[in-house]
Order: sequence, then structure tokens, then C-alpha cells
Amino acid sequence: MYQFNHGYELLELTKKFNLPISQIVVLAEQEKTGEGLDTIFQKMRNNLKVMREAINKGLNEDLKSVSGLSGGDAKKLYKRIIIGNTLSCETMAKAAASALAVTEVNASMGKIVAAPTAGSSGVIPGALITVARKFGKSDDDMTRALFTATGIGIIIAKNATLSGAEGGCQAEVGSASAMAAAALVELMGGTPEQCLTAASFAIMNLLGLVCDPVAGLVEIPCEKRNALGALNAMICADFAIAGMDSVIPFDEVVEAMYKVGKTIPCALRETAEGGLAKTPTGIRLKKKIFEKVERGD
Amino acid sequence: MREYSVFDIMGPVMIGPSSSHTAGAARLAKIAREIVEEDISEVEFVLYESFARTYRGHGTDKALVAGILGFDPDDEKLPHSFEIARQQGIKFKFTESDEESPHPNTVRMIITGKSGQKNSILGCSIGGGNVLLKEINGIEVEFTGEYETLITNHIDRPGIVANVTKIFADYKINIAFMRVYRHSKGDKAIMVIESDQKIPDAAKENIKNIDGILNAIIINPM
Repeated sequence: MYQFNHGYELLELTKKFNLPISQIVVLAEQEKTGEGLDTIFQKMRNNLKVMREAINKGLNEDLKSVSGLSGGDAKKLYKRIIIGNTLSCETMAKAAASALAVTEVNASMGKIVAAPTAGSSGVIPGALITVARKFGKSDDDMTRALFTATGIGIIIAKNATLSGAEGGCQAEVGSASAMAAAALVELMGGTPEQCLTAASFAIMNLLGLVCDPVAGLVEIPCEKRNALGALNAMICADFAIAGMDSVIPFDEVVEAMYKVGKTIPCALRETAEGGLAKTPTGIRLKKKIFEKVERGD
Repeated sequence: MREYSVFDIMGPVMIGPSSSHTAGAARLAKIAREIVEEDISEVEFVLYESFARTYRGHGTDKALVAGILGFDPDDEKLPHSFEIARQQGIKFKFTESDEESPHPNTVRMIITGKSGQKNSILGCSIGGGNVLLKEINGIEVEFTGEYETLITNHIDRPGIVANVTKIFADYKINIAFMRVYRHSKGDKAIMVIESDQKIPDAAKENIKNIDGILNAIIINPM
């Protein structure tokens, strides 16, 4: 009764039952798994808790990734925010720092929520938790918004892909950004249509982004692209709430993303055979990392 | 069109950095530990393709040892698995293979138990933390560990499968997937049954008592 495969079906359900996207997603999950509404909600609440802990850890601790390639940048940016010296406004800078924080926790073998992937795990927490704090939203509000985000993610997974190996970075950070944008719209009281519009804008802005991680590790440039994805989500949520129209409907944007992903050469889809990974510095770093890290015997 | 649960998309909660190279690796080794069924003294991990090339940067090595210790992919002790294994006197080593494998992220776990018995288990990490077990002690299998799973060692002869499924029926356990594998006709065989319900210990004991069943183990869903 509550199942959906496409954006237009999700919208029809929200109209038919007069419910927000988050509620339709929860009801569809209950219908599918037979689990209680409370259990499902509590599980998502736990995801929120893990996200928040990762942000706090990344902003305050001196983290270093397993490879030694990255770490500590979220803390650097956070220091600038505290003294009020960032060029972007405090909310934007905080969202960027929080997204960075989560990805640095991920790279240093800390605990995160794959949202939707480990490589894009910073986008949703960075945008959602920062905006929610600014506007005094509760944990329940944020938890509901995570279901909204998931609804968008389910549609993308069904009709396109969430994997960088299949669709490039646009499929990972792009999808996470679309999920976050829709979540922000519902959090701020926007309509289901506006949620999908925001998600469309988010993917449109990042369409074609390639996946070219240095040494094949989810660090350079992935961590900073997570920060970009979080900020993109905020801008796109603002676009939609202001009443702007994405012109191309969400389902068509998702299809376009999938088709673009198919035409991205394999070298630019997580294989570390192109882009930044194949720069002289990228190649040198790769060599250094795999000689350095100690063996376990 | 594939169906997704909410928590396939928003999740899993895991130790980074990679769902396939870290979380999936921990899961594979945890399943292998359950297959072995005794205290482990030594493990050799033979790594193939992408696992072989990038395991150090992804913490695949630490995740594999963590799985052998019984840690889940979201256990914060995972990055410290080497020290913990050493404290428990478990020896481990990693070998990079340049042979072909069924999937880019493949590992063979050669596990020696305290009794001295060796087990060889081959598995693949197929993305998003999901795994596929492909071989147990030379016999090809295929299961995911997502369901309650019964694995038997038995002699390939008539009636064994019927006796096992009869016990499933008696306990009102629905079989989701079932496959039977063998070395050769009349030789050792393996049955893998994935069920929708929990398989009680009593059911397992009944199955073990069937004439021709050499052993039966249950792997809880991950």
C-alpha cells in the first residue's frame, strides 16, 4: 500500500494519505519488514546518535587516517569558526566542518553510518545536524528528516546507483546531497514537492562528478567533496523552499545521473586509474602509503 | 527492481573506512569463525585482487582479524584487533595472491583450531558490507550469512536431505533457500539451509543425530 519505486509515486502517496515523505517511508518499511513503528524509529534514532558522536569526535580530536593521508582538517576549520573568522557564514562553515569531521572519523577507522555509503557518510549529518541546531529542531524532527532522506535514497538506488564504482562521485556524494536536501526541506516545513525539487537541484549541480580517490582510499578528494555536498544540499533546500522550480522532474534527473554514470570512463569510477589519483603526486602518495603501513605478522 | 530496506540505505553503522573493504571483511571472518566451531590458534589470510592491492590502506587486515575475534563490523575495538589477537595468543598472517578469484574482493581464510585441525574458507565482499561465502574445505557453497543458516557435513547418500527437512517441518521452520553440494558421488557433502526462523539448539541436536550426518552448525544472521 505504501511502496514506491519512483518520485512521482512517492508524491502520489503523500497526497493520498496526506502525510509527509518521512511518514510514508516509515509505513512502507513497516509493511515490508513487519517490524513495529517504534522499533523502526528507534533504529533511525540510533543512526542519528552515531552521526552526532562522529561529528563531535572529528571536530575535537586529532585524528589521523590509517594511511596517514588525511585527518585533523575538521578541527582546523572548527577553530576558525570559534574565533568567528570564516568567510562563509557560521552555519555554512559549521556544516562543512561537520561533514569533514564524519569523513575523517571514517578514514581513521571510527564509527559512522554509511549514509548512503561510507565514502559519502559526512554529507547528511553535516547538513542536517547543523541546520537543526540553528533552528532549534528536536531529535525527533531530525530522525523524521532522516527517513525523508532515505526515501530519496531508495528511489535513487532502485532507478540508478549509489555506488562510486558504478556511477562516479555524482552517485555517492551527489545522491547523499540530494537525500540531505530533501531532508532539510521537510525539517523546515516544506512540502513533499519541494523535497523532490531540492533533491533534483542537488543532483543537477553535481552531475558528472567523477570518482578519483588518491591511492583508492576514501580520503583525497572525498572528504572535501562531502563538505561540498552538505553545502550544496543547504543551497538547494533554500532554492526549493523559495519556490524555485528545477524544471527537470526528479525522476528524469535520476535517470540522467544514471546515464551519465554509464558514460563516465572506468578510470574515473573508483578504480584510482584516473583524475587526481593519476597525478604525479597522487601516484607518489600511493607508492609511499603501500610501502609504509606495517604488516600484521 | 531490487527491494531496499530503510537501513540498507541509511546504514549500516560501521567502522570505516569502506563498507566492502572493512565492514564486509569483518563479516566474512566472523562467519568463518562460526564455521570453525572451536578456539582458533592460527589464521592465514590469502588476499586476492583488490583486497590484495589495497588491504593496508583500508584496514581490511584489522577487520579480518577482528572478525576472527568475533567482533561485529561496528565494534569500536576493530582497529585494535591485532593487539587483542596477540594477547589471546592467536597468530595471523597475510599473503597476497596474484591468482584469479571469483570477485575482486576475495579472501581465503586458512584457520587452524586448538585441536590442530585446519579449515579453509573462501569468501567475497560484494559491496555495501554484504558478503558471499563461496567454499568450505574444498566444497563449493554459496550463502550470504543474512539468514539463520544451517550447514551440515554429511555422507552423500539417499534419505539424508529428507530427514533434515523433516526436522525443519517438525519445528515449523520455513526454509528460505536450500542447496546441497558434494565432493563426488557417495563422498563427503555439505548442505546449506537458510531459514526464516531461528533454528533452536534442540533441532540442531536432532539433525546431528541423523545417521550419516557428521556435523551440523548454525550461523546466526549477521
